Amino acid sequence: MGMTMTQKILAAHAGLESVEAGQLIVAKLDIVLGNDITTPVAVNEFKKAGFDSVFDKDRIAIVLDHFVPNKDIKAAEQSKTCREFACSHCVSHFYDVGKMGIEHALLPEQGVVTAGDCIIGADSHTCTYGALGAFSTGVGSTDMAAGMATGKAWFKVPSAIKFNLTGSLPSNCSGKDVILTVIGMIGVDGALYKSMEFTGDGVHGLSMDDRLCICNMAIEAGAKNGIFPVDDVTLNYLNGRSERPAAVFEADPDAEYEKVIDIDLSKIVPTVACPHLPENTRPASDLHSVKVDQVVIGSCTNGRMEDMQAAYNILKGKKVADGIRVIIIPGTMQIYRECVERGYVTAFIDAGAVVSTPTCGPCLGGYMGILAAGEKCIATTNRNFVGRMGHVDSEVYLASPHTAAASALTGYITEYKGV
Amino acid sequence: MNTQGKVFKYPDNVDTDVIIPARYLNTPDAKELSLHCMEDIDSEFVKNVKKGDIMVAGWNFGCGSSREHAPLVIKTCGTGCVIAKSFARIFYRNAINIGLPILECEQAAEEINANDEVEVNFDTGVITDITTGKIYKSQPFPPFIQNIIKSGGLLKSLKEGENNG
Repeated sequence: MGMTMTQKILAAHAGLESVEAGQLIVAKLDIVLGNDITTPVAVNEFKKAGFDSVFDKDRIAIVLDHFVPNKDIKAAEQSKTCREFACSHCVSHFYDVGKMGIEHALLPEQGVVTAGDCIIGADSHTCTYGALGAFSTGVGSTDMAAGMATGKAWFKVPSAIKFNLTGSLPSNCSGKDVILTVIGMIGVDGALYKSMEFTGDGVHGLSMDDRLCICNMAIEAGAKNGIFPVDDVTLNYLNGRSERPAAVFEADPDAEYEKVIDIDLSKIVPTVACPHLPENTRPASDLHSVKVDQVVIGSCTNGRMEDMQAAYNILKGKKVADGIRVIIIPGTMQIYRECVERGYVTAFIDAGAVVSTPTCGPCLGGYMGILAAGEKCIATTNRNFVGRMGHVDSEVYLASPHTAAASALTGYITEYKGV
Repeated sequence: MNTQGKVFKYPDNVDTDVIIPARYLNTPDAKELSLHCMEDIDSEFVKNVKKGDIMVAGWNFGCGSSREHAPLVIKTCGTGCVIAKSFARIFYRNAINIGLPILECEQAAEEINANDEVEVNFDTGVITDITTGKIYKSQPFPPFIQNIIKSGGLLKSLKEGENNG
């Protein structure tokens, strides 16, 4: 029986000829990742278990991104724990303030992750790297500790849902509208324990930023991972960037899928997930009466260059609506710098927005844009659970950068109509 | 091994942000964090929970973040076990890795009421609702996972493996 793309990567990393859904395997890891919230717990477990060395200092990435620059004394202590651990084990991919970015924007950009990799990260959005043709999944801190010590992790081989993409996206839509549409179709546990394999002719018209965004939110459908085939878009992105050679895996023609879902990209419309679940999706055009207090454009989902560009194209030379707070957060220092060089930052400030250095900050209700009771925010982030961005009685609407920027100008949820 | 206690009942899709809001995650201290367990959907939980008590929930319990702090605070509060129709995969993994007993049983999760007195036998997977007298059988874990649980968590089982050669 044929294997899916995910199963092929897992088989190769487990040293097996083939694997099948449901099989328990132990796989070699190419990269083990943690952030400033999950790493301190992992460090504690690592020490408690009596491990004194890491399996490979070049295969561990520790990124301070959730609460940095440190939001308070406790956050500073957590960063310190990460810093000391990284230093004492000579972790080569340690990213502190000045070098850091939001982990899932940073690692692909820096070439730390590549096609064919098997990656675990103590952050649920680690599934992002499937966009590069890697198997990549989120785990907890104990798995991170075990991964750092042994370079291995156990997995139950997932079955898969195949998404057959055709056509091309309308100009006012992006990867975010695709993944919100998919989650709206299958629900927040629609892909529980499974792979989401995106394939079909429509894939080739999707940029790497679109693919990273789509795979990023696979976890919001409960998936173990999301994955794209490797094509010219992937190879062009990886070329000159990857630290290690890319390995290209393809699904077998007779691979078995639990379900095949056809998606015509040309039919996608600007989509918004209403509170309090990412599956509560509606066309943005149905939500014009929703008045928002805040707009956030950023996060590991939509803090990349194309997202900044979309916001710039809509906000330049305009003013944000009265009484609305607009927070723009480029995902990495490189993106931040490029926003400065291209004049985006000046345009954002002139429009009445603020621009922060990279941080996860408001997405998880950490800092840099917390909501009060009764307030509403339209955000390009990934979760709209109760209390996610602040007060338990606040509300988050998830949308694309186009929709968020268009809403910033009107003060109400508004889709971008294009030029 | 077993646990017995009062049931706290929750709906589908209980996410890690309500189990432990991220605004408190500036510390890894489980005791301090556990004071905020479930507070955004059930501010009474921490006040009322007693050692051995049981959480019963619907589909996709623990969806969202990978934060291990979520099963950790549930365990630290004294909760003896979580029974749900299904668990989000990272939560499932984390619960096993840190030694919080969890059981998947659709019928039990549907029928057991809040405040019922329930007993769970982890060796047999049998769930007894003492209040209603109903008995349910949950899916046992595969042997590989049972081994992790028996060892007292993933890292201990790895250490045992190391020592055994």
